[in-house]
Amino acid sequence: MLVIKNLHASINGKEILKGINLTVNPGEIHAIMGPNGSGKSTLSSVITGNPFFEVTQGSIEFNGKDLLELAPEERANEGVFLSFQYPVEIPGVSMVNFMRAAINEKRKYLNEPAISASDFLRLMREKKELVEMDSKLTNRAVNEGFSGGEKKKNEIFQMAMLEPKLAILDETDSGLDIDALRIVANGVNKLKTPDNATIVITHYQRLLDYITPDFVHVLYDGNIVKSGTKELALELEARGYDWIKQEVEA
Amino acid sequence: MSDAIIHEVTQNEYKYGFTTDIETDVIPVGLNEEVVRIISAKKNEPEWMLDFRLKAYRHWTTLTMPTWAHLTIPEFDYQSISYFAAPRKNAPKSLDEVDPELLKTFNRLGIPLEEQKALSGIAVDAVMDSVSVKTTFKETLAEMGIIFCSFSEAVEHHPDLVKKYMASVVPYTDNFFAALNSAVFSDGSFVYIPKGVRCPMELSTYFRINAINTGQFERTLIVADDDSYVSYLEGCTAPQRDENQLHAAIVEIIAMKNANVKYSTVQNWYPGDKDGKGGIYNFVTKRGICKGDNSHISWTQVETGSAITWKYPSCVLQGDNSSAEFYSVAVTNHHQQADTGTKMIHLGKNTRSHILSKGISAGVSQNSYRGLVRISAKAENARNFSQCDSLLLGDKCGAHTFPYMEVNNESAIVEHEATTSKISEDQLFYCNQRGIGTEDAVGLIVNGYAKEVVDQLPMEFAVEAQKLLQITLEGSVG
Ligand SMILES: Nc1ncnc2c1ncn2[C@@H]1O[C@H](COP(=O)(O)OP(=O)(O)OP(=O)(O)O)[C@@H](O)[C@H]1O
Ligand SMILES: [Mg+2]
Repeated sequence: MLVIKNLHASINGKEILKGINLTVNPGEIHAIMGPNGSGKSTLSSVITGNPFFEVTQGSIEFNGKDLLELAPEERANEGVFLSFQYPVEIPGVSMVNFMRAAINEKRKYLNEPAISASDFLRLMREKKELVEMDSKLTNRAVNEGFSGGEKKKNEIFQMAMLEPKLAILDETDSGLDIDALRIVANGVNKLKTPDNATIVITHYQRLLDYITPDFVHVLYDGNIVKSGTKELALELEARGYDWIKQEVEA
Repeated sequence: MSDAIIHEVTQNEYKYGFTTDIETDVIPVGLNEEVVRIISAKKNEPEWMLDFRLKAYRHWTTLTMPTWAHLTIPEFDYQSISYFAAPRKNAPKSLDEVDPELLKTFNRLGIPLEEQKALSGIAVDAVMDSVSVKTTFKETLAEMGIIFCSFSEAVEHHPDLVKKYMASVVPYTDNFFAALNSAVFSDGSFVYIPKGVRCPMELSTYFRINAINTGQFERTLIVADDDSYVSYLEGCTAPQRDENQLHAAIVEIIAMKNANVKYSTVQNWYPGDKDGKGGIYNFVTKRGICKGDNSHISWTQVETGSAITWKYPSCVLQGDNSSAEFYSVAVTNHHQQADTGTKMIHLGKNTRSHILSKGISAGVSQNSYRGLVRISAKAENARNFSQCDSLLLGDKCGAHTFPYMEVNNESAIVEHEATTSKISEDQLFYCNQRGIGTEDAVGLIVNGYAKEVVDQLPMEFAVEAQKLLQITLEGSVG
């Protein structure tokens, strides 16, 4: 599904990603961990086409298509979704208008007719229930005045609405209270099918207690320096990153 | 990077640029007493109206164009344009008689004169090249004693009302453009709502400039008698032109005791092309007076067009407990310049005014808010709240705020807030990541920003306004 080869990316001439290789197949959950500033958010930005970053080398293929050739909105409409580490506020733009625009853009991209008002409202209701999203939030403008945790829940709600093939969750767990963490994780699990895949970026094992990863990768200084199974996350939780650093530097 | 995107997004050409071929009856260019007399004669006006025009003309010759606005106004030769143009054919009585070219123009503009507006209960008084071409629903309104007709008809059939109220809010001595309009105004609309009557439908007028080198001088007079209500809509779009065209309208509103007048405009005159060539000069004097106690006037404007806009819909709060609102969205793109705002003049006790101004600037445009809040010595317990927000797209445009306050009564509470923001690349990327292209994202964000104002518009106007905001800032990014 997603094949990243030797990916290098930089910002203002400073290289941040230094040769990433990663393959994600349908049905898989990959966790990416790593110290602050190691390049995790940069990787998700580059996959989704944030124009801020410049790809200097390497390739990203998604379902056979060259992602780097596509505009950010085309990548989204191909089914790549990012739950942002820091979701932005869009004052005055109602969640309803925003979601309807997003869904209809995707349908247009896939040559499907626009969604009817009643189908849209039904979908909203269904997905709100699925991720236990309060109507008080969906009746407001996009993230406007939302608390940190509410913004994260809203990301998962949008993911539920858009049903992506590949979802990247960038520290969706940070800022969530214990109940919200469980709700969000359950939402992710409910949305899981054998055909879609998830990349979970996190610092904490507690999210992986709910969302069980098939693979765990450690990103360090722009490179994936270690990959393993869910046991690797437990080991990191217990030992921190120092031993990894030592291994890399050795 | 984002500037490049925004630059491209805002390089959109005006979508309503086309002209209709309608034979027009144009008098020679230039302005002098003789021309004023010809205009009056062509309209078969009574003596008192000609006198008014002549007084205004003579006063105008003593004035010079104001220069205080934050505008760069090219040298304008008032002797180079024609001051009167009217469709030559006789005024039609039904749609079948309306020039098919004109109907086609309205349709291309999406102005559903013959169907949608009528079905939704709106009386449309379409003004083209200064003469009323069509008035609908007149009979229904007449049964309630409501007068809604062209200004010329009002002069002919309701001279007492016109004499009593015309120039009572905006005298011809008010300013350069008001004097000019008073001398040469061609036509416009007249509304009278009798005591205790609630006008059952939105009254709407579409203006349009359609003759080369023809100044457009409309005059609107709205009188709402005691305990009455009316909502009046005015919308304009103009065809593409290379020559700059002058537009200097006057709108006067009088609200008597307990009367409530809501005036909404969507203004989309041709703004000129990407390089600042052509476009309408829009110098408008709009003013209302809350004459009676407890009266209310609200101005709502969505300004997307014109090369130069000079416009300050204002209110004189004379009656005790009267209140006024000013809601404005002004969009400027490319080389457009807008200097717009309001004046709230508090004279009565317990008078309240609310100002909400949203400026959106793109391209190399200049967008200024200019507002005056004056509390007179006798205006006990007056209140004003002003909020002026500016949104910038790109970094080559300018937004300016000029709030003036004159408070002469200590019991007054006057508050002013101002913000300036930019559409951030983070917001654009967030929308992109949800599948929404940059062009649509700008439209969404701008409409979100303008929402509080657009919400004040009557429903069908709000939809048009939203489209217009997007179209104005839309470009070629796919
Ligand atoms: N806009 C920017 N300008 C300059 N440097 C940047 C910018 N964005 C990211 N960086 C740098 O790139 C590196 C990687 O940042 P990134 O956000 O990808 O880290 P991360 O692994 O997601 O960290 P965290 O765990 O704190 O979220 C950091 O050193 C960061 O300072
Ligand atoms: Mg990060």
